[in-house]
Order: sequence, then structure tokens, then C-alpha cells
Amino acid sequence: MQLNDEEKAMLAGEQGEVARLAIKHQISVGDFFGARDFVPVTQAHIMADTESLGQAGVQWLERLSEARDGRHHVRIPTITDPRGTDFSKAGDIGQADWMLHLERRAIDAFVKLGVSMTDTCINYQTVLSATRGEHVAFGDTGVVIYSNSVNGARSNFEGGPSALSAGLTGRTPRYGYHLDEHRQATLRIRADWTPRTLNEWGALGGVVGKLAGNYWQVPLVEGLDTAPTSDELKHFGAAMASFGSVALFHLAGITPEAYRAADVGGDRLPVAHRVGQADVRALVDHYAAESRVDVVVFSAPQLSLYELREVARLSEGRRFKLPLLAITSPQVKPDADRFGYTDAIESAGGTVMAGMCFYQSYAREIAEAKGWKYLATNSAKLVNILGGYGYVPRLASMQECVDAAEKGEL
Amino acid sequence: MTELVLHARHAMGSKVTGEALVANDGFSARYDLNRLEGVFSRPSHKLAGLSYVDRILVLDTAKGGVASAWMLHEMRSRNMVPLAIVFNTVNTILVQGAALGDVTMMAGFDQDVTALVPHGARVEVDPQAKTLRVVDASGATIAAAQPSHGEVPQIKPVHGPGKR
Repeated sequence: MQLNDEEKAMLAGEQGEVARLAIKHQISVGDFFGARDFVPVTQAHIMADTESLGQAGVQWLERLSEARDGRHHVRIPTITDPRGTDFSKAGDIGQADWMLHLERRAIDAFVKLGVSMTDTCINYQTVLSATRGEHVAFGDTGVVIYSNSVNGARSNFEGGPSALSAGLTGRTPRYGYHLDEHRQATLRIRADWTPRTLNEWGALGGVVGKLAGNYWQVPLVEGLDTAPTSDELKHFGAAMASFGSVALFHLAGITPEAYRAADVGGDRLPVAHRVGQADVRALVDHYAAESRVDVVVFSAPQLSLYELREVARLSEGRRFKLPLLAITSPQVKPDADRFGYTDAIESAGGTVMAGMCFYQSYAREIAEAKGWKYLATNSAKLVNILGGYGYVPRLASMQECVDAAEKGEL
Repeated sequence: MTELVLHARHAMGSKVTGEALVANDGFSARYDLNRLEGVFSRPSHKLAGLSYVDRILVLDTAKGGVASAWMLHEMRSRNMVPLAIVFNTVNTILVQGAALGDVTMMAGFDQDVTALVPHGARVEVDPQAKTLRVVDASGATIAAAQPSHGEVPQIKPVHGPGKR
């Protein structure tokens, strides 16, 4: 990679040991992908839960944060993805003290590094959305695909170490979705049906993600009969990223880089797939083996204020037989409290949690501690993830999930 | 049998030799593994139940979320990590994780590597030379496709950097 004088100084250790380690890591990644140089970034977002970090990752953070030369602060606004717990509700989901201890150590290290603990995967709805053409280093796949596709920002999937490195150096290697040539559509898909509910949007995203199949595919979807809301696109993109590792999609006439399909090269692509309600139904049915439900979870991504409002509306006048967890961001939770949404959900027997996400919170250990196996959710992303954690997840609408919490089955 | 040597466009890490676990399937440390036990745990994964520790994984593509970037490092700290991971197409996360976790990684072939490398064969991954070499296929549980004799497995589009 070509380095400018500042980057050479960082690599030589002239700006501290932490900056040297960070840019060294970035160069190894940039070299792998053939990046020619670095691009300055304005924000970084770090996936930071301790189930992923483990002891080794926390120790790695602590070493950085305790650098003897004291030069270990991030240079740009750097925020965090959900952590592995909501400390105030950890007992409700059977989390052990060692998990909380590890979380506290990670938080302490991040704070020393100058990282802002926003603990959210919906920063584009709650903190500061990136704008068209803005180069950023974001670290949750749902955040990246939303920011790239809906906002027109430019980011690769940046894992925790790389996102933190970007925060520490203020730049990232220029490859992948920072480059114009990778933002053109590679796969043209015709939607013959437009989803109506969030779980349907997520399922359609999952179908498109499976068709795309890898990180370097950029689906262009045509035929939607309405402009989706932010929450609908949130579920659509998060599931597409989860099922297909996709980081950028275009919706013809809707998302900013595809005002016309031709703007992203769509006119030169044949329609490779037509997808409709049957395809979405097939994905949903794949997870519909059991009517039994042990727990209802709304999470992944964290709920917006409007989603919590809807869960609250559906909860009114009910008495749940099953645990119902509604998980949101620390930015949304105070408003949910003020507007009475939290009280409505918890009066029915549910629990509103903040700053975590279910699958990032030791989901396997939670299952063992609580005896939970059969899980209902309206998140297509969550059903895709939880199979590997030993759950039998089921995808249903928010209404159906709340009904299940009351009736005890779906 | 003609020695099979495959050339990659992207590679990092140290040269390693070991048994190949091969599947036309994806890989995510979060979605697919029980990292405590060192096995593939997602029931629908084609390598479900098999140990990945000290094996060379030959898979189609990197899947899922960003957690794998931390997880490879965590797996390395407990010596419960693959020797190398080889993909037809890789995402950025696995590369970032391999860089931190010191895991050999290779990606970007002109042919479907999962169809060419026999499952169970002993293979050498040389990042410096950007080559994957089948050293001994006698332990393989499926026959190696022979690119020089007859049908070549269908080439999947590889949309890595520099190829579009």
C-alpha cells in the first residue's frame, strides 16, 4: 500500500505504539485485498460483545488501553455495537457473574481508548446516520448494509479489531465498497410481491441474501410497489447481510444510488431471479417445524421507538404465559420509558432490555440456564443465527409472536 | 495421479500442511461453530459434527456477521483453531480476523476449490506462493476432480477485488 507521511510515521511508531499496531493490522488486511492506499473515515463503529471477544480479546483491548506512552485515544468518533448484557436485567436471562465481569473489563478498556459506549446496532436510527459518499468504518453487518444501501455511505464490514484500528488511525484501507467499481449491481432480481410486515421484509432480505450468496455480490431489486420504511429496510438489510454476507443492495427508484436501474448498471444485467410470496413463505416454513415456544424475542436488530410502540400496543390488556424480551438501544429506552411503552410491555409480563442484543449475549448459556430451546421472533436475522446456538427458532409476525407469548404456543 | 496445485489471488499467513475438510458451504465462526468444543455445530452445515481444530477448511464463502473477526483470535488463544481457511470467495471479516488471529487464509481461485480438493486429503497451503497443493489424496473420502482429464467443475463467478 502507498502510505503518506502521516501513515509512515504511524507505522514507524512515531505516533505511539497503539497507532503502530493499528495501522500494521490495517496494512495486512489492505495488502490482502490489494488496496492501493488509505481513505480517511469520519466515524467508526465497533462490534464489541464479550462472547465474541472472549478473555483473549478483552486482554488484547486492555493491553492497548494501558499503553505506557499514553497515546491510545481514538482520533474520530468511535462508538460501539450492543454489548453482551443489560446489567440491570442480567438475572432475568440467567447470565452469570463472570459474563458481567468480562463485560465490565471490556467497557473499561474501551472507555480508556476514548470509545463512546453507545451499545447499539441501530446507530443509523439513533446516533448519527452516515451520508451519501461518506467514508466510514462500521462494524455490524446490519449497520453496514443499511448505511451503504439506504444512506449511500461507504463502508466494508469492519470487524471489531479493524473498526477499532480505524478509530485509532482515522482511516481504513481503500478497497471493496469504498470504490466506485464495487458499488455497481452484479445481480438483478425482480420482486413480484411486496412484503407488508417486518418479518416478511426480513424474510425477503434473507431470500435475496441466499440468492446473492457472498460479500461481493450487489443485488439490484426491482418491482417493489412501495417505498419501505426505515424499520422495514432495517430488517430487509440485516437479514440479507446475515443470510448472504451482503454489504450493499440497491432498490430501483428507492435507494439513493439507483434512482434509475441504469445508474448502477442494472440495464446491462438480465433478470437473474424472480422472487415472490412463495419464496418468502418457503423460507418461513423452513423454520416452522414446531408449535412449541419457550420464549419470544424481539431483537436483532435492536428495536426502534416505533417498533417498541407497536409491541406495547399489542401487549396492552394481556397477561403473558411465556417470557417476552423486547430489546432496544440505550438511546431509545428512555423515550420508551417516558412514553409508557416499557410499562405497557412489562405490565403484561414482558421485559424491555437495552444496550444488548439477544444473540450477542451468550445465547447458548442463556438457553442452558433458562431451559429455552424453542424461540419465536419476527427477526429473520435472528432465526438464521440461532440454529448454531442450539435453538429451534421460528419466524412469525410481531402480532403472532405476542399472541404466542399469551397463549404459550405459536 | 497428476499433482493438483491451485493458485489463489489473495493469501496471508504462514505455510501450513494438514488434513482438508472440504464442503461447498459457507463459514461463520458465530453461526456455524461450537467454539468451546471445536466442532461445526449448525445442524444444516455440511461439516456438522466434525472437528475443525488443526484442520484446513476448504469452503465456498465467508458468511454471517462481524464476530468472526474477534472469534478467530479467541480460538487461537485456546489453540482451538483451524490451521488454515481456504475460500472461493472471502469477506472482509474473515480476513481481518485471520490477520489478528494469525490464521493462514487464502481466497480467489479461478475454479471451484471445493470441487477440486478431495475431502480428507492432506494439503499444503503456501501464502507466499499463493498456492494450495494436494500432497496426499489417499486418505480422501471422495475422489478429487481432475481438471486435466475431462470435465472441469463449473466455475462459479468469483467477485473478489480486482476481478470485476
